[in-house]
Amino acid sequence: MIEADQTSQTPTTAGAPTPRRGRIGSRVAKSRMPRRAASLFDPTITRRAIGDSFKKLDPRIQARNPVMFVVEIGSVVTTVEWIHTLIDPTLAGDRGFVFAVTVWLWFTVLFANFAEAMAEGRGKAQADTLRRARSDTPARRLILKAGAHPTRETATEQVGAPQLRKGDIVLVEAGDTIPGDGEVIEGVASVDESAITGESAPVIRESGGDRSAVTGGTRVLSDWILVRITSNPGETFLDRMISLVEGANRQKTPNEIALNILLAVLTIIFLLAVVTLEPFAIYSGNPVSITALIALLVCLIPTTIGGLLSAIGIAGMDRLVQRNVLAVSGRAVEAAGDVDVLLLDKTGTITLGNRMASEFIPVKGVDEEALAEAALLSSLPDETPEGRSIVVLASDHYGMKADQEAVNHLRLIPFSATTRMSGVDMNDTSAADSAQANGLRQIRKGAADAVLQWVNERGGPLPADLTPAVERIARSGGTPLVVAQQVGAEPAQVLGVIYLKDVVKAGMAERFEELRKMGIRTVMITGDNPLTAAAIAREAGVDDFLAQATPETKLKLIREQQTGGRLVAMTGDGTNDAPALAQADVGVAMNTGTQAAKEAGNMVDLDSNPTKLIEIVEVGKQLLITRGALTTFSIANDVAKYFAIIPAVFVATYPQLQTLNIMRLSTPHSAILAAVIFNALIIIALIPLALRGVKFRPIGAGKLLQRNLLIYGLGGIILPFIGIKIIDLLLVALHLA
Amino acid sequence: MTFTFNGVAQILVFFALLLLLTKPLGLYLVAVFEKKNTWFEPVFRPVERAIYWACGVDERREQGWKAYTIGMLLFEGAGLLLLYLIERIQSALPLNPAGQTNVDPLLSWNTAASFTTNTNWQNYSGETTMSYLTQMVGLASHNFTSAAVGIVLAVAVVRGLTRRSVQHLGNFWVDLTRCTLYLLIPICLVYALFLVWQGVPDNFSGYIQVTSLEGFKQLIPQGPVASQEAIKMLGTNGGGFFNANSAYPYENPTPFSNLIEMLSIFAIPAGLVYFFGKLTGDTKQGWAIFSAMAILFLVGAFIALGAEQAGNPQLTALGVNQSANEWALAQPGGNMEGKEMRFGIGSSTLFATVTTDASCGAINSWLDSYTPIGGMIPLVNMELGEIVYGGVGSGLYGMLVFAILAVFIAGLMVGRTPEYLGKKIEQYEMKMASLAILILPAFALSFTALGLVTQPGLAAIANGGPHGLTEVLYAYSSMVENNGSAFAGLGTTTIGNPSFVFYNWTGAFVMLIGRFAFVIPIMALAGSLGKKNVVPAGAGTFPTNGALFTGLLIGVIIIVGALTFFPAYALGPIVEHLQMINGISH
Repeated sequence: MIEADQTSQTPTTAGAPTPRRGRIGSRVAKSRMPRRAASLFDPTITRRAIGDSFKKLDPRIQARNPVMFVVEIGSVVTTVEWIHTLIDPTLAGDRGFVFAVTVWLWFTVLFANFAEAMAEGRGKAQADTLRRARSDTPARRLILKAGAHPTRETATEQVGAPQLRKGDIVLVEAGDTIPGDGEVIEGVASVDESAITGESAPVIRESGGDRSAVTGGTRVLSDWILVRITSNPGETFLDRMISLVEGANRQKTPNEIALNILLAVLTIIFLLAVVTLEPFAIYSGNPVSITALIALLVCLIPTTIGGLLSAIGIAGMDRLVQRNVLAVSGRAVEAAGDVDVLLLDKTGTITLGNRMASEFIPVKGVDEEALAEAALLSSLPDETPEGRSIVVLASDHYGMKADQEAVNHLRLIPFSATTRMSGVDMNDTSAADSAQANGLRQIRKGAADAVLQWVNERGGPLPADLTPAVERIARSGGTPLVVAQQVGAEPAQVLGVIYLKDVVKAGMAERFEELRKMGIRTVMITGDNPLTAAAIAREAGVDDFLAQATPETKLKLIREQQTGGRLVAMTGDGTNDAPALAQADVGVAMNTGTQAAKEAGNMVDLDSNPTKLIEIVEVGKQLLITRGALTTFSIANDVAKYFAIIPAVFVATYPQLQTLNIMRLSTPHSAILAAVIFNALIIIALIPLALRGVKFRPIGAGKLLQRNLLIYGLGGIILPFIGIKIIDLLLVALHLA
Repeated sequence: MTFTFNGVAQILVFFALLLLLTKPLGLYLVAVFEKKNTWFEPVFRPVERAIYWACGVDERREQGWKAYTIGMLLFEGAGLLLLYLIERIQSALPLNPAGQTNVDPLLSWNTAASFTTNTNWQNYSGETTMSYLTQMVGLASHNFTSAAVGIVLAVAVVRGLTRRSVQHLGNFWVDLTRCTLYLLIPICLVYALFLVWQGVPDNFSGYIQVTSLEGFKQLIPQGPVASQEAIKMLGTNGGGFFNANSAYPYENPTPFSNLIEMLSIFAIPAGLVYFFGKLTGDTKQGWAIFSAMAILFLVGAFIALGAEQAGNPQLTALGVNQSANEWALAQPGGNMEGKEMRFGIGSSTLFATVTTDASCGAINSWLDSYTPIGGMIPLVNMELGEIVYGGVGSGLYGMLVFAILAVFIAGLMVGRTPEYLGKKIEQYEMKMASLAILILPAFALSFTALGLVTQPGLAAIANGGPHGLTEVLYAYSSMVENNGSAFAGLGTTTIGNPSFVFYNWTGAFVMLIGRFAFVIPIMALAGSLGKKNVVPAGAGTFPTNGALFTGLLIGVIIIVGALTFFPAYALGPIVEHLQMINGISH
């Protein structure tokens, strides 16, 4: 006998309700990028950014970034020095040099501001589009007497969207814009959500279940709905989205703060090194000019990463938005890079939403055609994807035609949870045998134990080769549907088994392999029994699976992983996913999901595509890599700058120090200026990298580090030697120094 | 750069012996601090229990980082005052055959701070200042305790890094007792006997007056030397019984004793690295750190050797033969000024490298007389943070801070929040690690600057020009880093003169800062890491147990640790070297 739990867990019959995730699955294939990534240097954004770079010179804004604040103070001091040279005729010889250094120091600050403004500008452009959806929509609020049940007939009053509060109920009809985020409590309507998702196809929103959430700013196309508002004005999804992409009130993320601490301390150390240099110089015989000291300081402190750090953060968020994912905070994006375990739902994520019939296995003594015919007949009126797939298999491989005549005689016996099978009853008038004429032909298909019981009750035998066939299918991850029939008063007869196969999406195994190389374990979550789950897990190439999953076991699994020190990411859309979404370190709610799910998670995927999680992880990693790469680059740059400036400032005191001028820079002034110019230009040069991010390659941490160390570490040491030399040659050629 | 077979072989033999010692000593340290059985259990266990009983210590109760650190500070504070007191009243105390007077108050204070902090900077000559009792009860006992404190702090830091989700890092009093009883005392017992065999005195006799062959009368100091010498080296203290330190035959009589003294400096620091690896559960983690130390050590040792063996080209130009003869046995060649004939170039430069890589500070040659580059190596060694094996304990915890920094800077490049040994390095850790990293350059540079622009600071400088700058920079680097070796040439010992006052006050201050202000943030860091759970290592984790990490660590140490001092080097030893090869004298 087949174990009871094995079949009872699988919704086997063609009439079985489609699993919830099937709906998501149907959207998976769509890949599009509605939120067009603005070209890197879009003219409007660039123009606005240039203006903003000057506004950001305000010391109150600048003070938020300790590294660049030091540069700004340095610029002010050299400006004063320059004025000094204008007044004091004995310093006239230094005028040009001090002026040039001053100008380039100001440029350094402006370039860093520009980087940040560019990153913000790209977000602002998106925010403007979103704002258009947030016009002051009029709303029809229901006037409810205490205890009254809201209906469509309840009297309404006209109010502006901003007057709506949490708990208000509004009526929205065809052509109206939904005034705020809420939950449909009555009615069903098609809604155009393109303002939020960029997806033009309307979606259905209805009360109850998982499709009840509506978003402010979207438009009802047909019918009507009663919506209970779930957020106060200013806190709506659209508002959050706008402030997110704009980068307004951007909170620094934990890693960014930690990095800022390091940069601040490096700045202090180099400040000390430069400040103490003056006494050393005085002891040695010649004091160093303030301008040269400030030039050295600015070159040594990590201005490259300091200037680009916030741009990297904003751009990371922006990349996520471009992928149609909204994160509640930058913290969540960072956490995504750290994820160790991905929990993925089987249906819709790993497998195509629906099982497909792949084989008819007749029992001994039954013709394959006969089984195919019975299967075809039983599935003709069955509109479920499984049913369709049986029809397709029968007609494609067995050349069977659906006889329209026959269909008219079929009476569908729908699937029910108690019988766990479905089928058809038909008056088989075409039967040649008169004994069978007018006999009722009943075909049933469904879970093995249910169908066998049906056969047993009708006096039919259990074919010896059925159980092995059923078990084989179950073991290989498929779903066996047993087909049986009874003609007239004859004993019922088992015909065979339909093999319903869970089809793993193409390319999933490769993605999981990639994830494994990133160090991320994938766990498949499924309601299937362990045997089936194991087979699919093996085929898909996931590391582990959780079978017969319930919201509780899911939550338990997440907690276990977290106790083991791992960070867990998952997707979900149903209300029963909410606790797990909240518990997960990265919880991505599907936009099609319920309000509860969206609030529990820390990201919302507007495309409702569960495989998006993989991209989110990549964005998170990219963000961290970009920071690390530029930090390493910035610090490595110091070596060359020392070799440019130290001989330049001390060669007057000790001519032998010319030996340290290994770049053979022409004059002390040209050397210092070249270092300062390189330091400023490198910020501009790296803006595209900061905005685009350093590419993440799933090649394993060791290899990745080696590669990046080579490029940004070793490259960071070598590049400035070349850059400073070239600038020095240009300065001399142009008679500027 | 010139190399002799003799010099190269000494470095390699020394390193090979160190490698042999590392694992057994590391395993022994695991036994001592993880309370496994040591061989000495039958002898010392009753003593250990008696100590706990007498002091009211519950050996099963562990402490959090704060209690551990406060316990350490109270213990060291009490020791500081006790030492000060002994120095101040030594004339009234027994065991004073040479009739030493009470030590000057300021000098007493400086010396108390110096020995408490494991620095052993000495603004005095032992044989003319300290009674035998002061040497033994005051100074030698501090050599034990300051070494033990350094070791147990490192043990606590390693526990923070390797334990998961705990509040406790161990019990300071228990660790201190076990470290002294099971580790330091047994080794020193054997070690002192070895030194006696080699010719080091260990007695309470008065100074002996002899008539030399030339007929001059000479006073030869005596004392309990061997017992103090053992812990002086083993505990990376470095404070000599005599003014001439390990150059003096009574402290370091033979090349053999010299080799063992050098080995004993590195032994515990190297063992601790193995101990660390063992506690992480992956000894490769320890070997990765060990390799970084080894490379930095070997590079330094070879440069110092090469520079000293090459000698001064100006002397060569004058026709002086500075080349070594075969095996460098009969004629050592090179720059022998300030070096002992019985050690030659090889044993001198290796000793100088080892003593400054670690925070020992014992010397067997005069660094002031080294060539500029040869003398720069000890300076750089200290300014890297004394993390090349380093002081007992302090070397390891200093290195671990650099490891955390390296992981943070470059670890981001694998696309994860940086982790070291599975512990996430976040805001708080960065704050504490940065604070620790900041201490050395901040105090060394600013006090050097102060010394170079104030009258009492300048007055002590014996040589002008770049060499004088090096003298002051060396002094403050040595004191902040708790090394205690002197470049010499800085006149700070004449009691009462302004330079004496200036260097003693500022010195005592920076020594205390360098020890305690450095270790408190590190203990806070360890406490915070201890509370964290361990993220299991996977394919996405930055591997910290391989060659890549070793290379990265060295890079970060050099760029962050040494670049800060580059301007000072340029104005000190580098320019002096360039002047030397160009024949410019100051």
